[in-house]
Amino acid sequence: MTMIPTIGLEVHVQLKSKTKIFCGCELKFASPPNSQVCPVCLGLPGVLPVLNQEVFNLGLRAVLAMNGTVSKKIKFDRKNYYYPDLPKGYQISQFDCPLGQGGFIELASRKKVKLNRAHLEEDAGKLIHDQSPDSSLVDLNRAGTPLLEIVSEPEIDSPEEAYEYLTNLKAILKSVGVSECDMEKGHLRCDANVSVRKNTSDKLGRRVEIKNLNSFKAVKAAIEHEIKRQSEAVNAGQIIAQETRLWDDAREKTFTMRSKEEAHDYRYFPEPDLVPFSVAEEVIEAARKALPELPKAKRERFIKEYGLSEYDAVLLTGEIGIAQFFESTVKLNSNFKAVANWMTGPVFAYLGENNKNIEETKLSPALLIGILNLVQENKVSLQAAKEKIFPDVIAQGREAKEVMKEKGLEQVSDDSAIEGWIQEAIQANPKVVQDYKSGKETAAMFLVGQTMKKSQGKANPGKVLELMKKALNAHA
Amino acid sequence: MSDIDLKHIARLSRLHLTDEEIRYFQTQVAQILAFVDKLKEVDVKDVEPTSHPLALQNVFREDTVVPSLAIEEFLKKSPRARGRFFEVPKIIEDNA
Repeated sequence: MTMIPTIGLEVHVQLKSKTKIFCGCELKFASPPNSQVCPVCLGLPGVLPVLNQEVFNLGLRAVLAMNGTVSKKIKFDRKNYYYPDLPKGYQISQFDCPLGQGGFIELASRKKVKLNRAHLEEDAGKLIHDQSPDSSLVDLNRAGTPLLEIVSEPEIDSPEEAYEYLTNLKAILKSVGVSECDMEKGHLRCDANVSVRKNTSDKLGRRVEIKNLNSFKAVKAAIEHEIKRQSEAVNAGQIIAQETRLWDDAREKTFTMRSKEEAHDYRYFPEPDLVPFSVAEEVIEAARKALPELPKAKRERFIKEYGLSEYDAVLLTGEIGIAQFFESTVKLNSNFKAVANWMTGPVFAYLGENNKNIEETKLSPALLIGILNLVQENKVSLQAAKEKIFPDVIAQGREAKEVMKEKGLEQVSDDSAIEGWIQEAIQANPKVVQDYKSGKETAAMFLVGQTMKKSQGKANPGKVLELMKKALNAHA
Repeated sequence: MSDIDLKHIARLSRLHLTDEEIRYFQTQVAQILAFVDKLKEVDVKDVEPTSHPLALQNVFREDTVVPSLAIEEFLKKSPRARGRFFEVPKIIEDNA
């Protein structure tokens, strides 16, 4: 029997302040262990945490960008548990008065996945387990890193929707500048809650929480696996245990981490070291007005203003740097489609292969237009531009024209030169010429290819085809 | 009067109490609970819960870097350390 899955996601996003949430320690990735610590984030007795104004502002902006409501009263609470990565024995988080409530993330299908809440909290430290058989090492640089936890309602119906939800959420958070959302640096982490039921009238099945999801792909794969596992169990008459499971990326399986009987008893209570917070209506309205264009609005504008396909628009608006690069480029050459093709083709391939942002390359809008113009003016073939000129331009920041001249790639449109290569091709392939004469039209294309080869790719292919037909018909 | 599982509470606080100590504290905790129950008799239905005793709100610090402190001093006071790390016994889920 097919089962109906219900999925909810909890996303922790690192807010991009300079310092930690409750103390002035700097947030720098890959610093030496325990080099960014102070009595506050080490949880020494007698210290007083004070909320970072920038963290609060970034959280507020994120809530508004996700269409949420800023709570009238905002306070912090202690979530108590013992673990060596948590120096105080409690995490400062928010329980009943979170920063933001409600809101939604819209999918391409126009479905709005509702959000339950968004709250601020501090991250824990890092444990290193593989250095000794009987001990673990503790690095507290990450302790006190500002996080916004975004909790969706259980309204996601498939692994694909979960993936799209995360992609859209990331695009929104990045575009309003609240987080760099660098997955490899752990800026965006996700837990998934999954349950299955037999039919729409059934009440929700028992919820299984999946942790250790390190990429959006892992989220999708883990949810797929979990739906299958739970469906098979229910169909076999078993009862799903409410538990926390870990995703093993290598084995593509989830396994039990802790069952409900072992579930933590967090004993939340108000954090007496922090005062409550509230935001005036005018401040909220000003922050809402100051929001930059959100990905959905930008996508729609790209389709309308530049005549792009939905597909290209999605690719070009996913990252703010890419969108800005595109808009600067089309100011220099209004061939929107060609610019889009260059960006989603060679540029994206280069960024993917080299794991770089566009800002980290030497490519500028003017340099890209330099290549595009050479192709448009028929000075160079598209293939030569992509394969021989583009790599040097993006890697070394050189002018396309200069690379073309240096490599001798300038396209030859001169009749006599092309005719010379055509004659060579014809003389070297008498049998193919015979085929053509006996009515096999495609044979001409083979000869065009041979001519291009003889010209080392420099001949203008349109011109070659035109002259080839002439030559073949004249050839007795 | 509400009952309380003292063994559970002790475990959550990582306190190792003997059975005798459990019995001893059980009486004291029962007295505290009785006192709290007394407080419950007050009608507070129109009173907003206090989350902070001072009439203060919106206290922030600026997002400016304050130099971190040398870890060596902290590590000296830690029961175990290795290199720049604090060192703790290997963690095993203990059904707490």
